[in-house]
Amino acid sequence: MEIGLAHYLAVAAIIFTIGVFGIFVNRKNVIIMMMSIELILLSVNINFVAFSAALHDLGGQVFTLFVLTVAAAEAAVGLAILVVYFRNRGNIAVEDINLMKG
Amino acid sequence: MDLAVFLSGAAFYVFASAAIAFAFMVVSARNPVRSVLFLIMTFFSAAGLFVLLGAEFLAMILIMVYVGAVAVLFLFVVMMLDVDFVELRQGFLDYLPLGGLLGFVLAVELIVLGASWRVSEKAADLRQAPMDKDQENLRAFAEVLYTDYAFFLEAAGLVLLVAMIGAIVLTNYHKKGVKRQNISAQVARKAEDGVELVDVKPGQGL
Repeated sequence: MEIGLAHYLAVAAIIFTIGVFGIFVNRKNVIIMMMSIELILLSVNINFVAFSAALHDLGGQVFTLFVLTVAAAEAAVGLAILVVYFRNRGNIAVEDINLMKG
Repeated sequence: MDLAVFLSGAAFYVFASAAIAFAFMVVSARNPVRSVLFLIMTFFSAAGLFVLLGAEFLAMILIMVYVGAVAVLFLFVVMMLDVDFVELRQGFLDYLPLGGLLGFVLAVELIVLGASWRVSEKAADLRQAPMDKDQENLRAFAEVLYTDYAFFLEAAGLVLLVAMIGAIVLTNYHKKGVKRQNISAQVARKAEDGVELVDVKPGQGL
């Protein structure tokens, strides 16, 4: 029952999939979509740390720290945008976000 | 079987299954507050996996940053917004088959890719920061982070600064008709502006 790189890659793959699945099934709830993005970033972090441990290279762990930084910044700015949007429009339904006619 | 190997293997399966189960609860919970709480549990389990991998510093950072900051931020926003979350859940079942199919295909692809991964012979020579086995994780991490990656660390700090300023600028707004303290006007005020001497003649008003 030796746990190797492949085990961790499988866990990260499943969590990544759950994140993508969450974005698909919660098409209307932007808060859950942002949490799914956090899950995807977490699975990427698990991959980085697993490869770092398997190859005995600290570069992966350092990169994980930067991914964490960017994820925190993204969550802060995204939630700020959400709060401002709610203040202006009164709801956060994703299909109504069409102001820019994109 | 060696007890230590057995225990670390058992711990891996406990943390991995917990992480996957809680991650699934995040996307399938009815109440977004519960989603946030399950997200916290997912990050705890992932921190356990990090400890098993020997990245203790990152495990602690994960708990501090995600549970201490990001999850609390999510919790505040979920509780602050007066949104009918039941209405937002409509269509969950419509998207379920497509999402499930895509998720299944993606998971199979990723697991096949990960299981068939072979590390190249030359990989050991390409390492950026080779680990010293005798050194504890925190010391080894700090020694590369503050030397080789110092500029990147500064850049990460700048990213956080920009995000902080952006979030404050976005959410800060002034209500009209509220009297506020104007500190610069108060400080710039002189005695001559505040006191006016009027020479009132006897028997007359102003």
